[in-house]
Amino acid sequence: MENMERVPVREQDPKVRATNFDEVCLGYTEEEAVAEAKRCLQCKKPLCMGGCPVSIDIPGFILKITERDFAGAAEVIARSSALPAVCGRVCPQESQCEGKCVRGIKGEPVAIGKLERFVADWSRAQGVTPNIHVEKNGHKVAVIGSGPAGLTCAGDLAKMGYDVTILEALHEPGGVLTYGIPEFRLPKQGVVQPEIENVKKLGVKIETNVIIGKSVTIDGLMDEEGYEAVFIGSGAGLPKFMGIPGESAKGVFSANEYLTRNNLMKAFRDEYDTPIMRGKKVAVVGGGNVAMDAARTALRLGAEVHIVYRRSEAELPARVEEVHHAKEEGVIFNLLTNPVEILADENDWVKGMIVRKMELGEPDESGRCRPVEVPGSDYEMDVDMVIMSLGTSPNPLISSTTKGLDITRHQCIVAEEENGQTSREGVFAGGDAVTGAATVILAMGAGKAAAKGIDAYIKSKQ
Amino acid sequence: MYKILKSELLADKIYLMDVEAPRIAKRCQPGEFLIVKVDEKGERIPLTICDYDRKKGTVTIVFQIVGASTYRMALLKKGDYFQDVVGPLGRPSEFVNDPLDEVKKRRYLFVAGGVGTAPVYPQVKWMKEHGVAADVVMGAKTKDLLILEKQMGEVADHLYVTTDDGSYMRKGMVTAVVEDLVKNEGKQYDVCVAIGPMIMMKFVAKLTKELGIPTIVSLNPIMVDGTGMCGACRVTVGGQVKFACVDGPEFDGHQVDFDQAMKRQQMYKTEEGRAFLAVQEGDTHHGGCGMCGGDK
Ligand SMILES: Cc1cc2nc3c(=O)[nH]c(=O)nc-3n(C[C@H](O)[C@H](O)[C@H](O)COP(=O)(O)OP(=O)(O)OC[C@H]3O[C@@H](n4cnc5c(N)ncnc54)[C@H](O)[C@@H]3O)c2cc1C
Ligand SMILES: Cc1cc2nc3c(=O)[nH]c(=O)nc-3n(C[C@H](O)[C@H](O)[C@H](O)COP(=O)(O)OP(=O)(O)OC[C@H]3O[C@@H](n4cnc5c(N)ncnc54)[C@H](O)[C@@H]3O)c2cc1C
Ligand code: SF4
Ligand code: SF4
Ligand code: FES
Repeated sequence: MENMERVPVREQDPKVRATNFDEVCLGYTEEEAVAEAKRCLQCKKPLCMGGCPVSIDIPGFILKITERDFAGAAEVIARSSALPAVCGRVCPQESQCEGKCVRGIKGEPVAIGKLERFVADWSRAQGVTPNIHVEKNGHKVAVIGSGPAGLTCAGDLAKMGYDVTILEALHEPGGVLTYGIPEFRLPKQGVVQPEIENVKKLGVKIETNVIIGKSVTIDGLMDEEGYEAVFIGSGAGLPKFMGIPGESAKGVFSANEYLTRNNLMKAFRDEYDTPIMRGKKVAVVGGGNVAMDAARTALRLGAEVHIVYRRSEAELPARVEEVHHAKEEGVIFNLLTNPVEILADENDWVKGMIVRKMELGEPDESGRCRPVEVPGSDYEMDVDMVIMSLGTSPNPLISSTTKGLDITRHQCIVAEEENGQTSREGVFAGGDAVTGAATVILAMGAGKAAAKGIDAYIKSKQ
Repeated sequence: MYKILKSELLADKIYLMDVEAPRIAKRCQPGEFLIVKVDEKGERIPLTICDYDRKKGTVTIVFQIVGASTYRMALLKKGDYFQDVVGPLGRPSEFVNDPLDEVKKRRYLFVAGGVGTAPVYPQVKWMKEHGVAADVVMGAKTKDLLILEKQMGEVADHLYVTTDDGSYMRKGMVTAVVEDLVKNEGKQYDVCVAIGPMIMMKFVAKLTKELGIPTIVSLNPIMVDGTGMCGACRVTVGGQVKFACVDGPEFDGHQVDFDQAMKRQQMYKTEEGRAFLAVQEGDTHHGGCGMCGGDK
């Protein structure tokens, strides 16, 4: 078979991009997109769709690209996804749509994500905006959190005619898309803000600086402010630390703090007031997308950066593309290595980290091999800054102030998968707040399901 | 946008502002704080809620210029706006949720240092409103830096004022006054609440531990989000790591690792210092004022 390889996508040179915050991947041109689209076999039973959590009609939109009907392609995608410019960039395609593509059996799968991104970027450049004439039905719904789950739920409800207000704790909407994922992977002005504007154009109001559980409670929203239903899309923002000695030393950060300072507060730009530490030698502990983002941020701020991860490369939970980009840019991977202590100088600044070698043992309940310590293998890494990226869990601010809202022992809100219904009447939930830290597209899928659930609930009351 | 309805210079570099923030004014309680952000480029600054007017929907903040961001806040006037104000944050003071008859049995001693007087005020006011007697020791470096003396006098059972240099009322640190009250004037207290500079809280806690008075302090570590999301505010209390923004800001003063907390507070000192100079140079004249140490 010809066409085994995909059309390569243009990227900023690794040496250049390691010193700036501009987007790494430049995306396809029209010609490249059409050429890549032609590699799709237009399968009768498209396996790729089964890998997409929101079941985008993948052969459908790709066919439109081959016909150069990019607006048509955008329409096909819009039926299933509200944030294609985001998903095309950040979905772990290798384990979702592209992982299932038949083309992948004997060669490279079709670059579905890059094509989706192309279509979304094209329509934004054309100024194509969603068609927005909806009859208002007068029912008020509150959406907590403006991440992908909240934005999707709010957008879908607005399209059905609901009067929707998003309440967001931070001063900018977008959730992880704004405070977590860096500019070089997901441009804020270019991609995230226009997507949020589109949701606003549907009539959704966004009130920032409102912390549910503190500024107002869910009961307050329902009893005093007249909201008939509430969707909780508050994410999983609480960082974990290791609990090892030295973790409170100066120069030890959670990835959330480091990324928030840089992305939300724009500390990398001189004209912004928020400071950020620029280490010389930085260790980032962890191996997920968050760790890669923190590592590549520290690199861009001028540091030599090490990823310290206790399993091997095969188990790295990050997207393959991010690991690849990180390596190209010069991030050093210290695999099968686990920190045991952080060393500080007399002023409590980090001056090193003691780590222990690991080897892989039997698979654990997650199916991944359990790392086992190698006795007597401790050695000291010379670092002046450590970023902990060990995962996050949902913040208890909402669950602890809402009576009758059931949570799991991991603080996750219990909700039905098909409609987002929680243990409280009229209260729905979805995204990372329910699943724990997961992906953008899963959060969107949950937001969509909950919008349908809320619609059914409100109609059932009439 | 959050409108500033009043701005007043209380003492050198210490300002009081009333700000429109209806959601916060409606629910806030003593001990809680808020975060303000001047404009797009500003930092998120945590400040204690010093007073509130539920009807008017306003909250009062009192702040001291210590760096670039507080300097930029001070430039705002009545009628100007903060871009962002969020809150209330943190846990209310313990006594707010304790049964009132229990609270009434306790004898409270409040110790306020410098700008820490501002967060002490709403607590003492709450005591007065709920019929609980509370003594207040208030200290400042010098007479000109004392704030809210009149207001405090109206709500405190006894108010003891001291200045480090003796320029007004008693002379010496607040710790000397506390020691004097307990050891020489036969005062007895069941709870001490100390709020002020970290170093002051450390020494008050040390003293009250010797005197056997349970003590609550209000910590002010560096913060970013104020909602438990970043961990910048972590402090060690009783050997355990706590996030001051959601687990505090008030903690058992006898359990706090003050030395660590003070070191962590200095984290951005160099960067901040540079930023402060840049802001000041941006809007002041150059040369001869003697403030900047000259252009060497
Ligand atoms: C650094 C980083 C990189 C990532 N990279 C990828 C990637 O490449 N691909 C991918 O698919 N996924 C990635 N993820 C995961 C993905 O971003 C999340 O799974 C997704 O954003 C979850 O969406 P959400 O809407 O549930 O929550 P969030 O995006 O977390 O949004 C929740 C929102 O709710 C707000 N909120 C929280 N509590 C309250 C409250 N009490 N009141 C009001 N508002 C509140 C928060 O401020 C936030 O804005 C990454 C995550 C991080 C942190
Ligand atoms: C819960 C809480 C409540 C607070 N309440 C008040 C209040 O009511 N009134 C008030 O004036 N201040 C209060 N603060 C302190 C206030 O937030 C800081 O003074 C302010 O953030 C400093 O900002 P800056 O940019 O002007 O100074 P920076 O340039 O950030 O700092 C200047 C100097 O102050 C030190 N510093 C930095 N952050 C803090 C901090 N949080 N506390 C003390 N020193 C710091 C730095 O190490 C540096 O040396 C509170 C802090 C917290 C966490
Ligand atoms: S949304 Fe994600 S999983 Fe679905 S087709 Fe697009 S990139 Fe693939
Ligand atoms: S599986 Fe691959 S080749 Fe088949 S329709 Fe989907 S993208 Fe095209
Ligand atoms: S300020 Fe971020 S967790 Fe407390």
